[in-house]
Amino acid sequence: MKAPSFAYARPGTLAEAFDLLERHGEGARILAGGQSLIPSLNMRLSSPELLVDITGLAGLSGIESLPKGLRIGALVTHAQIERSPEVKRHAPLLAQAAPHIAHPAIRNRGTLGGSLALADPAAEYPACAVALDATLVIAGKKGERRVKAGAFFKGLFETDLRPGEILAAAEFPPADKAVFVELARRHGDYAIIGLAGTQAASRKRFVFLGAGATPILAVNASKASSLEEAREVLGKDLDPPADLYHSSATKLHLARVLLERAWNKL
Amino acid sequence: MAKAELPLHAPGTQLDKGYIGQSVPRANAQRLLQGRGSFIDDLRFPRLAHVAFFRSPYAHARIKRLDFSKASKAEGVIGVFDGRSVAEYCTPWVAVLAHLKGIKSPPQHAIAIERACWQGEAVAAAVADSRSQAEDAVARIEAEWEELPVVVDMDEALAGKRVIHPELGDNICFKRELDTGGVDEAFATADVVVEDVFHFGRHTGVCLEGRALLADYNAAEHSLTVYHATQAPHMMQDIFSRHLNIPEANVRVITKDVGGSYGIKVHVYADEMATAALSVMLRRPVKFVADRLESFVSDIHAREHKAKVRLACTSSGEILAFELDDLTAIGPYSVYPRTSGIEGNQVVNLTGGPYRHQKYRAKMHVVFTNKNVTCQYRAVGHPIAVALTEGIVDLAAQKLGMDVAEFRRKNLIPDDAYPYTFPSGIKFEKLSHHKSLNKLLQLMDYQKLREEQLRLRKNNIYRGIGLAAMIEVTNPSPAFYGVGGARISAQDGATLRLEPTGMLTVMCSVTEQGQGTEAVFAQVAASAVGVTLDKVRVITGDTAVTPYGGGTWASRGAGIGGEAVLLAGRALRSNVLDVASQILKADKATLDILNNEIINRLTLETRMPLAELGRVAYFRPDTLPIDFQSELTVTRHYTPRQYGFTFTNGIQASWLEVDPDTGFVRLLKHWCVEDAGTLINPMLVDEQIRGGVVQGIGAALFEECLYGPDGQLLNGNMADYLVPMAGEMCDIVCAHLETPTRQSQLGAKGVGEAGTAGAPAAVMNAINDALAPLGARVTAMPFTPQRILKALGKV
Ligand SMILES: Cc1cc2nc3c(=O)[nH]c(=O)nc-3n(C[C@H](O)[C@H](O)[C@H](O)COP(=O)(O)OP(=O)(O)OC[C@H]3O[C@@H](n4cnc5c(N)ncnc54)[C@H](O)[C@@H]3O)c2cc1C
Repeated sequence: MKAPSFAYARPGTLAEAFDLLERHGEGARILAGGQSLIPSLNMRLSSPELLVDITGLAGLSGIESLPKGLRIGALVTHAQIERSPEVKRHAPLLAQAAPHIAHPAIRNRGTLGGSLALADPAAEYPACAVALDATLVIAGKKGERRVKAGAFFKGLFETDLRPGEILAAAEFPPADKAVFVELARRHGDYAIIGLAGTQAASRKRFVFLGAGATPILAVNASKASSLEEAREVLGKDLDPPADLYHSSATKLHLARVLLERAWNKL
Repeated sequence: MAKAELPLHAPGTQLDKGYIGQSVPRANAQRLLQGRGSFIDDLRFPRLAHVAFFRSPYAHARIKRLDFSKASKAEGVIGVFDGRSVAEYCTPWVAVLAHLKGIKSPPQHAIAIERACWQGEAVAAAVADSRSQAEDAVARIEAEWEELPVVVDMDEALAGKRVIHPELGDNICFKRELDTGGVDEAFATADVVVEDVFHFGRHTGVCLEGRALLADYNAAEHSLTVYHATQAPHMMQDIFSRHLNIPEANVRVITKDVGGSYGIKVHVYADEMATAALSVMLRRPVKFVADRLESFVSDIHAREHKAKVRLACTSSGEILAFELDDLTAIGPYSVYPRTSGIEGNQVVNLTGGPYRHQKYRAKMHVVFTNKNVTCQYRAVGHPIAVALTEGIVDLAAQKLGMDVAEFRRKNLIPDDAYPYTFPSGIKFEKLSHHKSLNKLLQLMDYQKLREEQLRLRKNNIYRGIGLAAMIEVTNPSPAFYGVGGARISAQDGATLRLEPTGMLTVMCSVTEQGQGTEAVFAQVAASAVGVTLDKVRVITGDTAVTPYGGGTWASRGAGIGGEAVLLAGRALRSNVLDVASQILKADKATLDILNNEIINRLTLETRMPLAELGRVAYFRPDTLPIDFQSELTVTRHYTPRQYGFTFTNGIQASWLEVDPDTGFVRLLKHWCVEDAGTLINPMLVDEQIRGGVVQGIGAALFEECLYGPDGQLLNGNMADYLVPMAGEMCDIVCAHLETPTRQSQLGAKGVGEAGTAGAPAAVMNAINDALAPLGARVTAMPFTPQRILKALGKV
């Protein structure tokens, strides 16, 4: 479990970073908090030639109030989100979700951008971003582009990010009500199944994590007018993949339990 | 009589036990907490080489071709080796013991030759200047395989349609039957018969420090020094000597700090033998530190049993008989030198253990499979035997409509029935089941808890109480391994030396694995000699320095090593008083040692400091009578002999809540009352219990090595293999009884495994108690949410 050797660069400007990423192409990998990337190197699951450490880049950190919502820089750590009064006020869903992510030592280094860019289907933030209908701000050599969270997560560990692009921030619109629930056998583990629920202008949105290749918006359950109906139609929304310990049927059952718990809190 | 001459537990006396019984802090804690420990990976040697192993990706496959041409050319590589080249330096072994009649196993090599029998078995080794380079080289090894049919299921292995080692005839490593007679009659006449099948997941002991060794061969003197994270340095000295063909006197095993062992580090591992052989082959130091991923496929696993158990009792709740049929799978080899037959053997020995029935029949099969090997891990066999016994006892109580505590009270062996011979043939010197039960019920406020449970059920809150009485094997005599031909010492020794400065050096053959052994020895030594604790230094883990001994396993460190220290301490004290009587020209009987000084025994007045005595004895012996020679170094040994084992007893309880919607279990509280005999350091004892309970809870709720039908380990990493974590644990309340063993002067029975032995059964019974009103019952560990939901009919 020793990483294969690699080169390391810590650019000071976005321009420099884009330049490095372009020059090294496939061989380069962006390094943020390193909490997912470094273990994967040590386990020799990937062997990039160059790590481009983006933690020295200005403009990717900071939590900023917008006229409607909140902008959170990609380099903001899970711990900062967990402790931020702005997040608690304007995006309480994230404040509820953050303590479920791993353990304090990992939350001190892991970043919002890293979590969204990695797009682990069992991760908390991607589901929250879809539930809140967040907009992701992507920086590239040619400028900035903006993508809705719902369109950003494309598949298993697959996003809309193109080679050479850096996720710069995410903008979270406010919700009237929000609830985050998940089931993990040990605190801090990736959830068996989880649910980010929001309600804005009496429209509910239920987004599940650990239920598919990407965060899954439960379209039918979100439209249901009663809990009974929502539980019933959830079977049409979800076909969760089995994991090592839980069959698909068990996960669907647990998803229904979470749906009920979230429903009663919204 | 003075304290030196009496057993510490002499009846009718009030002895000053000194530090024995006090929770003094352990001396090595500060060093470890400051990061100044010395683990294998901290060692840096000139010309040090690192080895990484190429491990079989298949559970069973013939090695058709290994191509090292690319690997050998990789940067920093010193050499790449296959099984044949290493076999020229290291002979194979066969792990059988004469007293386990009929046990069989094929020869095992340091590096597999021709065939790999489990996924993770090493088939080649790359040695390089750094571990990272060695791993690079491993990635460049090219292998051609012919996959062979695999046997992964226990029942299939037993049926034997496919035989893993054709030369052995079948897949049965070992079987045993035991019958007291009268079992069929007992079951035929019983008012109540209960029966169930229990499954125990295969799991492993996850040490903070992985397995590690640094072997340093010196060609100039044909000597081998091995720095080894092991529990048994002398056993390893013998094994390195015999299999590498180096005279034993030229082999030295040094065990510095060890980051936890739990039985994992008491076995012979092929990759460790290969590392030592590579050091000889390359004539330079070679280091191997198992990383997490290879630990999961190469550290021994344990458990994996399926057992049917039956119990017969009368309508008034008197247990008449037990019957057991156990099946356990151990991987493709019995593990050297202790064998993999011991766990099943223990299950047979111990099932039904706390109870006073006289009829017992047992059958047990140990079979080979194409999975990683299993062997002795903390509490060997006990968690299985206790869960089988306590699970079926609860079922019987339930069927009779009797309270589970009452049912136990009725059947536990009475406290005045000792010495007592159990139907399996084992003998108990003195146990305290009833006192323990009473203490537990009081400690947990059993009645109130039952009332609370009933009250909460009305609000659809499902809580359960689970009890688990247990016995635990400690301080084994030579009957455990020695009689079977294993060169594993049941005796241990301690050398105590009074230094010229009045300091006391203790050298003991029992090792420190992080559990505080050295602290306990310091307490015993200081108390026996009469010095303060700050004057004591303890050295363990060096075959060139300490007396010969067995090391750390089977909860024997305090009971056997501690007794050797006590005996040596008393002998040294007597020798010191001989010197004092010469110097002071006083009758020895009027003198004593207290707080680093020679005192007058009656008046307690100071006669002379030990530092002054040391000065005279070492530097001015010319002032002593011409025919007097002081002896300020003393060695004593101890072997338990009257009984095959010292037994401890105890009882645990678990209080938890099951969420019937999710199948999740929330632990609320856990209690353990244990009778470990004389307690030397209650704080360390409590921590042993708590740590053990947590490992037992791991087995009950979290830990399982999951294998696919192709024999692939599916969860061999710390993300997917779930060890219990602090966040899910509850408070663990410990209480003690002290029934000392009268076999020794110290009276300590041992405590290292008790927590692990009883916790799984307590948790299982509590879950089933919680589920009872819902008509559900679980018997397959670990009790995952899915298993509980299945039992509830929800999925
Ligand atoms: C023991 C453990 C438990 C964990 N448990 C959880 C959990 O329960 N829930 C959870 O959500 N996560 C969990 N994690 C992962 C953790 O949250 C990571 O911090 C996170 O997934 C990645 O963030 P990072 O900043 O560490 O990214 P890195 O590890 O540095 O990078 C991850 C990936 O994202 C890319 N990347 C990073 N930043 C950017 C960017 N700004 N633009 C484009 N690409 C980028 C990298 O190239 C890399 O491919 C756990 C991690 C560990 C070690």
